[in-house]
Amino acid sequence: MKLVTAVIKPFKLDEVKEALKASGASGITVDEVRGFGRQGGHTETYRGAEYKIDFVPKIRLSIVVEDDRVDDVVGTIMSVAATGKIGDGKIWVTDVERVVRIRTGDEGNDAI
Amino acid sequence: MDTGDTAWVLISTALILFMTPGLAFFYAGMVRSKNVLGMLMQNYFAMGLISVLWAIVGFTIAFGGTGPIIGDFEFAWLSNVTSLDGTIPGMAFVGFQMMFAVITPALITGATADRLKFSGYAVLIGVWSIVVYAPVARWVFNANGWIFESGALDFAGGAAIHINAGVAALAVVLVIGNRKGHGSEPMPPHNLPLTMLGTGILWFGWIGFNAGSSLAANGVAAQALVNTHLAAAAGMLGWLIVERIKTGHATTLGAASGAVAGLVAITPCAGFVGGMAPLIIGGLAGAICVFALAIKARMNWDDSLDVIAVHLVGGLVGTLLLGLFADTAVNGEFDGLFFGGGGELLKDQFIAAVSVAAFSFVATYLIATAIQRTMGLRVSTDDELLGLDQSQHSESAYTS
Repeated sequence: MKLVTAVIKPFKLDEVKEALKASGASGITVDEVRGFGRQGGHTETYRGAEYKIDFVPKIRLSIVVEDDRVDDVVGTIMSVAATGKIGDGKIWVTDVERVVRIRTGDEGNDAI
Repeated sequence: MDTGDTAWVLISTALILFMTPGLAFFYAGMVRSKNVLGMLMQNYFAMGLISVLWAIVGFTIAFGGTGPIIGDFEFAWLSNVTSLDGTIPGMAFVGFQMMFAVITPALITGATADRLKFSGYAVLIGVWSIVVYAPVARWVFNANGWIFESGALDFAGGAAIHINAGVAALAVVLVIGNRKGHGSEPMPPHNLPLTMLGTGILWFGWIGFNAGSSLAANGVAAQALVNTHLAAAAGMLGWLIVERIKTGHATTLGAASGAVAGLVAITPCAGFVGGMAPLIIGGLAGAICVFALAIKARMNWDDSLDVIAVHLVGGLVGTLLLGLFADTAVNGEFDGLFFGGGGELLKDQFIAAVSVAAFSFVATYLIATAIQRTMGLRVSTDDELLGLDQSQHSESAYTS
């Protein structure tokens, strides 16, 4: 099992969710996060005083999938979340040692 | 007794009461999220404390007896008020003036944001209301007051309220010092929608503030109402034009600030000018107040929410421009420089503005210093870093 984590632009969330559902994903977890990367921040001005806003709002998706579904999920997110502009985000994949469904006690792929 | 006049003054009183919550939200949106309840509390608390003090002693200092500087105790504990009955009941006048007394010290809280100890603040505005506001209100609003007698004009409180509170704000800032992290940490407004809501409430209530100051349902009230609205509108435009040229964007906070600057400037003028004068007064105030924002940076005064730039400078602009635009064809006995009255009124306006400012500064500085040296006026560093909401009130505004 793998954990696919993706940081994407917030306005892409609905599109990515629909595409993942269509490709058979059984669930995703979403966090509202802030961070900086190559995109950098922006400047805001209040009554003439300039404030540099370094952290940009992003959405972080977490999806645990069977090993053979990883490429499909990564490809789906990539194709939908891309705008071609800086700040589209990143996807990374990590190994998952154990997954348990709390209600039934199912383990492993059965719990996904 | 005139029922029309009475009805209008009673309605105006309710409108002005609503300005203090408006001011609370105007300011609360601009502070950091850990101080939003502290700011709301300081403003709402003025409705509690100042109303009580006004009924007991404030009103009689401002309006009792015949002295030019302070009143006597004729109306202490609201006794003998029916002796003021005229076209409106004396009690209507008490209520109307009470709302002015409530909002004036609350204006100071914008300059001192995020760092006043609640107990020290309570003593500060209580003492200030009696020692500074009530006498100045007498000078300006009472027919026996020396500024009123001098021939200077102040329709609804450009000097008595805005210059007075603006200078007092500066004095308190000088006593308590700047916020921790001022100039080094970003402190942007945490919720501008609250500020926009507060601006709308202020604008709405200001109709009662200015048009109610005719104390009658008549043509002067109608003129004051239209002047007030036009000055707010022109103030918004004036601020936005300068802001757009200076920084590249027309901002919501700029629109709000410009409208309030226009409202402040028209306050002394509302019932004394006509024609296109409110557009000039409001528009100039909006534009000038943008530039006045630079004063605090240059002087390193942490006037956190720009009480000096908006209320002091806006009040000065209105008070002095009245010396140019006052028109006896509209109301009153004195013409301004542009209406054939010569420089006499302008000189009287200047003396009134400087006198109120000087008295307010010295008296406020002494009061604030005395509180700071005894019970303390500023919170401890730990309490300030924690935020007023938790440290002063043991509450949080935003929980999840």
